[in-house]
Amino acid sequence: MAARHKSVETKYMEERDAVLRGLRGLDRRTFLKVLAASAGAVMSKGLITPHSFQLVEVANAAPDKTAEATGMAGKPPFTFAYISDTHLYPRTLNQRFVRGAVKAVEDVNALDPQPDFVLFGGDLAQTGRHEELELGRQILAELKAPVKMMVGEHDWFYDLGDSWKDMFGPPNYSFDWKGVHVVVLMSVHEKDFWTARKLTPAERMGIVAGLDNGIQSRFEVGDEERKWLSDDLAKVPHTTPLLVFSHSPLYKYYRNWNFWTEDAEQVQAILKPYKHVTVIHGHTHQMLYNQIANISFYGMLSTAWPWPYAPTGLPPLTIQMNRADPFDQFDGLGDGQLNVRPDGLADKIYNLWDRNPVSVKADYLISHGKVARPPAPQFASY
Amino acid sequence: MTRRSIALVTAAGCAAILAAVAYAPQVLRAQQAQAPLPIHQVPQAKDGGVVVMLCDGKTSMEVKGLKTGESMSHAQAVEVTRELMAQWQREHPNEKWQMAQTDESSQPVPAPSAASGADVSKPSSTVPSMEAGAKPPAKGMQQGDTYASFTDRDYKVWKNETDNFVAEGKRIFHSDKELGGTIGVSCDMCHPDASNTHPETYPKYQVQLQKVALLRDMINWCIENPVKGKAFDPNDPKLRALEAYILAQRKGVPLNYGKH
Repeated sequence: MAARHKSVETKYMEERDAVLRGLRGLDRRTFLKVLAASAGAVMSKGLITPHSFQLVEVANAAPDKTAEATGMAGKPPFTFAYISDTHLYPRTLNQRFVRGAVKAVEDVNALDPQPDFVLFGGDLAQTGRHEELELGRQILAELKAPVKMMVGEHDWFYDLGDSWKDMFGPPNYSFDWKGVHVVVLMSVHEKDFWTARKLTPAERMGIVAGLDNGIQSRFEVGDEERKWLSDDLAKVPHTTPLLVFSHSPLYKYYRNWNFWTEDAEQVQAILKPYKHVTVIHGHTHQMLYNQIANISFYGMLSTAWPWPYAPTGLPPLTIQMNRADPFDQFDGLGDGQLNVRPDGLADKIYNLWDRNPVSVKADYLISHGKVARPPAPQFASY
Repeated sequence: MTRRSIALVTAAGCAAILAAVAYAPQVLRAQQAQAPLPIHQVPQAKDGGVVVMLCDGKTSMEVKGLKTGESMSHAQAVEVTRELMAQWQREHPNEKWQMAQTDESSQPVPAPSAASGADVSKPSSTVPSMEAGAKPPAKGMQQGDTYASFTDRDYKVWKNETDNFVAEGKRIFHSDKELGGTIGVSCDMCHPDASNTHPETYPKYQVQLQKVALLRDMINWCIENPVKGKAFDPNDPKLRALEAYILAQRKGVPLNYGKH
């Protein structure tokens, strides 16, 4: 074979790169013109599937009609970015996951304008060792924007949070940001399965680290922290938009893999009086979104590895992302942004590495799929 | 098809030891088909040891120095077996145990109903067996083939063997060390419960490899790349066990080779 055959994907990526190279140095108006023209050209060739090469709105949210209608106009919109589930081993053992984490930091640092803050979604470490957390802390220290830390089970179950708390403070806290009340939860408590079995900290961590290890308990926010949440919200008016960050999804997706929060219904009940609630969670390593009553849920991407969709329990509103290509280390991974609208709801951009970003609008979720449907995958789960 | 067992029943009434001797199984199976398992009365130990008994329920000897609950060494167990058999032979000078492996007259075992009227001269029909026989075929079913001679116990043994093989694969699948990985990555990290391994879609043209791949090719690719280990030889017991585990997780999914 003389010249190596170029796959459709390769040709597509080359065209895309050429367009993007041509865009450097253009002002915004010209940028949009070129982008529209090139998208049109590609479309006219019939090369594209419905979801590829779509224009994605990455500008900050403009004041929208919903906001005016709900009387929320006037609250400043803002953007925050996220990085999640880096699962770092010590640098000497594993460079692959370090590359992912560093790539995400570079992505976020390249955002212009910079986000108001960066949410780290938990599972900084893979096996909860101090060395792993410290490596993560150093990598995240390169971020230009302030970082809001959240804990995951991989950070916690070696020393039950001692190292993490030393480095980052309490695992649950709240703050107010431009009219939105933000709550960060520690949602990955587990009932004690280790004492009776006389497990070492390393064994305990190993069991929790295994998704399909049935020995561990299911995640829960727990009585104490739900009480804390109720107390925290006692002073927050029900008209204030809430942003809740939790590592595990605050609903029940798939129990066997702990894509699950055991007391999810009780937490949802605490959030129920609020008109606009958005929950951002990690742990599931996939494009995942859901709407339960007044609560919109968005899952975050990982920078370490993607997870397949669970065999059952996928929220009907979630449109699967294309299966990840195992031959591409970064496929199915990424980071993302949330554009908080003036009414406090948030549109989400999944910044998938080596793919076009996918935008999921709050309108899609609150309309229960009637409007703004995200693109369908070509290759869903087997 | 052979059945090779003498049970040595200890004084505690437990711990049957298997030895490589068969006792003309056809007869026993026919006669024991519906009979309850015999309960052997083992004599009390006299010298502080443990009494062991042949599966005839009569021949016994005391192993001196062996405490209840202790195991014999393999060599000691062989010696005890030899001594028990010698004792049995002294008491039955005109009869013989048949070694199934060397018994040329040994035939595929007929179904019990076919065997029940057969003339079998030896050994004595009073010798009990620890095993229940094959079930007679249900009314309206064919009989007499190889498979009809298997017992529930056979199926249990095979299931156990197979499940152990799958469990071994599961253990390897979940262990970066067993996989020979060098960066802490094991299969389950991306494939919990072997999800998204879709073994039913192989063989198929694997675009990235530019060839038709089998499941084992993809397992080895993963071991070499994300796991950063060395590919297994196709006959490596670990690779075979991994294949077993992955396939076992897709029980009931239709084969669909070539699916992308």
